Amino acid sequence: MIIKGKVHKLGDDINTDDIIAAKYLVSTDAKELGKHCMESISPDFVSKVQAGDIIVAGKNFGCGSSREHAPLAIKGCGIAAVVAKSFAAIFFRNAINIGLPFLEMEDLDKINNGDSLEIDLSSGVIKNITTGAVYKTQAFPKFLQEIVQDGGLMNWVKKWRL
Amino acid sequence: MGYTIAEKILLAHTDKSDIKPSEFIEAKIDLGLGNDITAPLAIEEFKKAGFDKVFDRNKVALIPDHFAPAKDLRSANQCKVLAEFAKEQKITNYFEVGCMGIEHALLPEMGIVLPGDLVIGADSHTCTYGALGCYSTGIGSTDLARAFADGKVWLKVPATVKFVYKGKLNKWVGGKDLILFTIGQIGVDGALYKVMEFSGPVIRKLGMDDRFSMSNMAIEAGARAGLIEPDDITKAYVNQRIKLANHKPKYYSSDKDAVYEKVYEWDISKLEPQVACPHLPSNVKPVNELKDVKIDQVVIGSCTNGRISDLRIAAKILKGKKIKPGLRLIVIPATQKIYLEAVAEGLAEIFIKAGGIFSTPTCGPCLGGHMGILAEGEVSLATTNRNFLGRMGSPKSFVYLSGPSVAAASALTGKITHPQKVK
Repeated sequence: MIIKGKVHKLGDDINTDDIIAAKYLVSTDAKELGKHCMESISPDFVSKVQAGDIIVAGKNFGCGSSREHAPLAIKGCGIAAVVAKSFAAIFFRNAINIGLPFLEMEDLDKINNGDSLEIDLSSGVIKNITTGAVYKTQAFPKFLQEIVQDGGLMNWVKKWRL
Repeated sequence: MGYTIAEKILLAHTDKSDIKPSEFIEAKIDLGLGNDITAPLAIEEFKKAGFDKVFDRNKVALIPDHFAPAKDLRSANQCKVLAEFAKEQKITNYFEVGCMGIEHALLPEMGIVLPGDLVIGADSHTCTYGALGCYSTGIGSTDLARAFADGKVWLKVPATVKFVYKGKLNKWVGGKDLILFTIGQIGVDGALYKVMEFSGPVIRKLGMDDRFSMSNMAIEAGARAGLIEPDDITKAYVNQRIKLANHKPKYYSSDKDAVYEKVYEWDISKLEPQVACPHLPSNVKPVNELKDVKIDQVVIGSCTNGRISDLRIAAKILKGKKIKPGLRLIVIPATQKIYLEAVAEGLAEIFIKAGGIFSTPTCGPCLGGHMGILAEGEVSLATTNRNFLGRMGSPKSFVYLSGPSVAAASALTGKITHPQKVK
């Protein structure tokens, strides 16, 4: 599975209130939540995102609340994957469960805002098309790729139940 | 090799004979919890996947507390989803407004969560119950939907980090100050994917309310859980509500040869009340280092510090005094029981006569929901747990976190103040 898109670079400790403020948690619709993604820290974030783009962030991405609305909002605004130095534990579970691909990578300081990346989930190889650099991260396990393709855990589970 | 208390509880909820950190397990839960924000999504996923009956109607808790009593039409619709699902599934642990409370204060108070339990909750502060010596952890709505279906959860067993507190607590310093100090030392990812185990002579003398404050904020250091080994104080608390419980407590403690990934040890005898400054819970300073920080609002409440002993501390400082004119003091008892106790003890009267308001239980302002939203440029001091950018309202507002003593003293002066300075 290949993901190709432009980088939106964010810092360390991007928390769930940054990703989607609590005042918008009166909906469970990804598209609606997506309209307000990162609004507090970057009011024009959503307008800059094109479908298929990639977030590259620092350590502890997604810290804070258990709101699954956070990865839903990221997915809903068109982001196709998140690459970060580390992920907070609940966000990590939620991202899997709703089928948002995420990759952990320490050495990402040389990736710049606006760079074009190509991520191969099955091999874990990330190519920076803009700079030519190639990075190797852990491959996204096959069942997680399937969850992403099926649009989330419950759809994936349903497939086996039927 | 021995086990930590967390490992023992997890092991007891699997069919395995051994357990070790980093291992993936499937565990049976004692309770799955959702609130008016997270449960609607879980119920939607549960139904979409074709399930029609929860695994055990006694092991699900649904609590409308975040935006409840419903703050607007859309929150009302979300609360209604909970009420209808509870009725349809005959859920025993559903709490309508008149008998509700903030979930993490209510469940231990009602004896619904007991020592030795494995609890998952679609709310990050589910880790609060670790204070009882149970393994409780935050998960997402989809995880909860799955647990509704078969009563199970997958977990990756975390390594445990031990925190030993020695010395003697100063006056006006409590559990909240200890946990703020700890997060200040290790950072907001200082215990990422770990279990925090709080121990040492200082913890042994702490009352349950202070212990709940500590375990509650384990998530603020990135931890999966924050446990305290049960002792006589735990047992006294549990025995008071054992009649309400539908199962028995199991008291576990860590083995002498348990393996800890790391051990921190601090003498806290000189610890002053702590304050977390905007915009991270790890941005912690002793209160005396904050000079002339003017505040517009003080919030005393939340799943961290809305319990009766928190209200008693605040009332002791505010008794017979008036808050700074122009400041808003919002006091929110965490449950209806605490509300009643506060009324009976005359605390509610003290807050109101001091110029504050005394509200029905709700998470409300803590997450910028309702009942005390901050305008642009405003500053709040709160006994809550998070001070992320925009957490309590405008992205251009500021939230400081403290324990109840600093919050009450600061309400009198209008700026962040050490309780000792208030006569």
